[in-house]
Order: sequence, then C-alpha cells, then structure tokens
Amino acid sequence: MNAPAITMDVRRVGETTAVVDIRGEVTAACEPVLMSAYEAAGGTATSRLVLNFGGLEYMNSGGIGMLVTLLVRANRQRQQLAAYGLSEHYREIFELTRLDEAITIYDSEESALHGVVR
Amino acid sequence: MTDTKGPDRVATADEIGLSAREAAAPPPDTAPPRTAAQAAPPRDAAQADPPRTAAQAALPRDSASWARKVDRLQVDRRSGVRGTNVAGRRLTGPVQGFGKMWQKTYQMDAGSQITPEQAIATWREHFPEFWPKGNRFAGALTGINPGDVALLDLSIGGGVKLSTGVFVLYADAESFTLMTPQGHMFAGWITFSAEREGDTTTVQAQVLMRANDPLYEIAMTLGGHRKEDKFWAATLTALGRRLGLPDPRVETRSTCVDSKRQWRHSRNVWHNSMVRSVLQTISAPLVGLSRLARGMNSRTNG
Repeated sequence: MNAPAITMDVRRVGETTAVVDIRGEVTAACEPVLMSAYEAAGGTATSRLVLNFGGLEYMNSGGIGMLVTLLVRANRQRQQLAAYGLSEHYREIFELTRLDEAITIYDSEESALHGVVR
Repeated sequence: MTDTKGPDRVATADEIGLSAREAAAPPPDTAPPRTAAQAAPPRDAAQADPPRTAAQAALPRDSASWARKVDRLQVDRRSGVRGTNVAGRRLTGPVQGFGKMWQKTYQMDAGSQITPEQAIATWREHFPEFWPKGNRFAGALTGINPGDVALLDLSIGGGVKLSTGVFVLYADAESFTLMTPQGHMFAGWITFSAEREGDTTTVQAQVLMRANDPLYEIAMTLGGHRKEDKFWAATLTALGRRLGLPDPRVETRSTCVDSKRQWRHSRNVWHNSMVRSVLQTISAPLVGLSRLARGMNSRTNG
C-alpha cells in the first residue's frame, strides 16, 4: 500500500477534549496514522474528539470509510465526534454520505469545542 | 509511492481483449511519474483534460470524482428491469443501517501485465457483464460515472426478483464506489479498486455495510452473507477472465467491525425492497388487469 501523504497532530484542550489537526490526503491508506492519532487523543478521560479538517487537501471514498471505522471506535468508548474546518465541497460529501448525522459539523474550533451548532 | 518493477513483456490490448478506452490507460513502467494533478484524474481518464478555469483550480482535485449532493434519488425507466423501490429513496450509509457492521474484502491478484488503471477502466466500462447470471444491472450506457443511478434486479429464489438500485458515489481512475438506497439489503457502500503492489496489480471489492433492517439481518445471518461472498467472488473471477488471467483466484476476508445492532433504525423495514418486490410480483397480474379494465372503460366512455 502507498505511503499516506498525511499528518495528524493531536492537541489536548482541557481534560476531556482533544483536537486532531488533519493535513494532507485522507484515504484508506492513512488508517494507521488516524488510529495512532486516535490512540494519542483517546483514553477513558476523553469524551469529545474534534477533527480539524482545515488542512484537508484530498479525500476519496476510502477515506470516508475510514472515518466510519473511527466513528465505531469512538461510539464504543462513548465519545462524541465533531468536525470543523470543512470546505463547502467536503461538507457536501459529509452530507451526501450522511456522515454528518453522526459527526456533527461546526464552523469553527470554538463552536466545535463547546458543541454550539452553527 | 511504492517502487514498482515492471514485467519483462506487457500484453497488447488485442491479446487481453481491451477496448480502445481501456487500452488508453497507462501500462506499467511506461507510465510517466504521476503529478499531483494526475493523481486523481477526471471521470474518463482516457480523455484529454480540458484546461481548468480559475474557479475549477480552486476546487480540490477530487471534486470531479465525487457525485453531487442529492437528497432523494431520481431515476428514468430502463429496459430489462422492473425499476421499482429506487425513485424517491434516500441514500443509506453504514451509519443509517440496522445490523452488525461488516467489512468484507474480495481480492484478486491480477498479475503484472495489467495496470490498476486498465483494470478499473475495464470494470467501469463493462460492470454489468461481470455479474453472475440471473442478476441484472441497468446503469447508464456510458459506464460508471459519479452521480449515476443504476437499477438492479437481483435473483432471490422462488422466481422472485428483488428490485433495488445503487448510486455511484465516487469514481476515479483507480477506484469507484457504489452506495445503496433505503430498502436495499444493506446500508453502506462497495468500493472497487486496484493497486500496484510490487510488480503485480491487486484488484479488490470492499463492502462496508450493515443489514438495512431486522428482516435483512436475519436473512444475512441465514445464508445471505455466504450468498453475497459467492456473488462478489464470481464477479471478480469474471473480471479476471476478461483481463486475460488464466486462473483467477479470489481471496475473501470478513471482519465484524461493530457487533452492535442499531435498534433505532429497525423501522427501516418499512422500505424493505425484498418484501415490496414479493408484493409487487404477487400483485402484478391484478395491477395488469386493473389497467386493462381502466383502458376498456375509457374507450367505452370515449
């Protein structure tokens, strides 16, 4: 499998929330990177995981499938998933695939952190 | 990108029976290194790229590969299929399904003489031809393109055809994905892809799905999964033969990603296309008689 062209940096915001800054290409090939980021951000104390897609350059259907897998893991831990920084194009893809019904989309990091819908 | 070492000799298009469009996909080794813009080519990779406008340049390079957003499916009548249970339906992903979530992978070694682009071009262009006998896929005449809706008649035994459909969610030169509507056996998507690994090309179909409702969950448990595995293995084998493989072999892997059932989606059963197809088959003679009577009445009154 080709090496993924992506970086995912984890920031902790408070005791129960973590932000994952995603930069590059989200494809099925980046599953190990995403799962490592999830492990770094996870733990029983984390109840809210926020995905920052501001640096997203490319995503194919394999990438969407990988997000569903992440969602299952988060649900198992009773963690909420949120997203922000999506361009109009990627927001439409979330809506088309109906992923937005499980991962709430916000306009900014501040609203994503506090769970305030746009 | 993985380093690849090509074969000593690449088969000609005639030798493996490729069309001009399929043959136009770059062969191994002779293909130049892909630029960022080429990495996700437009719908028809064999056609020359038109110059991108400033507005298009602002879009991500995957923008032509994704279907436009739709709320409910719209379909035209197609010959050879009943075409019911699709129009007006919403799309369903694994999030909207009921049953356990499965990831099933069907993989075939396509050898060294076929590039991923050639394999996918062939699959997109001749998709219905690879389906097992007794099942019908009525798609657009131009092959598989983002936003297309295909109508399906699937053999479920007892002379009954399950009428449903699929939506082309994504398509590029190395992969394409179909998503299912409400009422389909499963909620999810199937991604067909090809990839160069070392000096061989691997072709695969990967299903990420949940049974759409409790009835389908029971049916999948009582042999539905086995039937689906056979279906996709047969499809890949047919593709392999078309690509000129002497003995195509398909490896199947199933992983239960989530063993929980989503009971809040149990009411999906209202849209169940299997139940509706059975009812449509049973009531077909009555509907026909009713139409005939209405026609005679209107002629008498007219």
